[in-house]
Amino acid sequence: MKLTVNGEAHEIATATLAELLAALDYEGNWLATAVNSELVHATERTLFQLKDGDQIEILSPMQGG
Amino acid sequence: MLELYGTKLPSRLLLGTAQYPSPAILADAVKASGASAVTVSLRREMAGGGRGGEKFWSLIQSLRLHVLPNTAGCHSVKEAVTTAKMAREIFGTNWIKLEVIGNHDTLQPDVFGLVEAARILCGDGFAVFPYTTDDLVVAERLLGMGCKVLMPWCAPIGSALGPVNVTALRSMRGHFPDVPLIVDAGIGRPSHAALVMELGFDAVLLNTAVARAAEPVGMARAFGKAVDAGREAYRSGLLEPRDVAVPSTPTIGQAVFQ
Repeated sequence: MKLTVNGEAHEIATATLAELLAALDYEGNWLATAVNSELVHATERTLFQLKDGDQIEILSPMQGG
Repeated sequence: MLELYGTKLPSRLLLGTAQYPSPAILADAVKASGASAVTVSLRREMAGGGRGGEKFWSLIQSLRLHVLPNTAGCHSVKEAVTTAKMAREIFGTNWIKLEVIGNHDTLQPDVFGLVEAARILCGDGFAVFPYTTDDLVVAERLLGMGCKVLMPWCAPIGSALGPVNVTALRSMRGHFPDVPLIVDAGIGRPSHAALVMELGFDAVLLNTAVARAAEPVGMARAFGKAVDAGREAYRSGLLEPRDVAVPSTPTIGQAVFQ
């Protein structure tokens, strides 16, 4: 399955968003995720099914003004 | 005491957390400023367990202040709304500093997109702090969408120009006497902060002027004092300027020498 994760192309065989995060070594409760520009809550990641062509954003806190 | 969306803040200074020489200097500057709230942001997390976001978030949590996430860098309503929702997920607050940028050079707000994003987010339960211009009509629209606070710029972000249109800021204060008004962006010096507080603004939000100072901790302390001084001056009643001289020393009983 072809996915775009934080702007980078990935060819990966994961079914759910939670599996994708684990496969790419993202972990922690300070992450927020969106698929195709829509927020996916942390509690929904285990059941959230990914499909070919999905665009995933994984964000974390950083400095801001 | 300053009250924003039902939250009372002991200080009228809100400080940004970007561009400091080190995390330790950031923490010391925030403490020296006496700020009640700090702004934070969201960015793409690196893969591979870098945990950079976690370290920063731990530092911010250790300061035990109110956190105001922003939507910096968003140029569309969709980007801003999604970023706001992601910020609420991570930071656990419904406060959002709403930025919808309309111009790459000036970083001025896209006020049309701002009003639309404010409508969506206010309807979704957010406490929206809109980064806006000093335009009164836009301000009215934002209030109509449910914003309870307005954050006009006084000059372009990071410019350090200070208030470039004092008349407009004064007009804004006069038109919205009961709305908390926070000057956000463009402050370069403590005297700028004192000036807008003397105009009756409720608070100041700044970042670059402290973070990029030669001594950020000292500058943070200076800004804290300036904000307090400006506020106390406003509350104490400032003398209006006059075009003619008025002697301060009584003239009655003055000796006459021939």
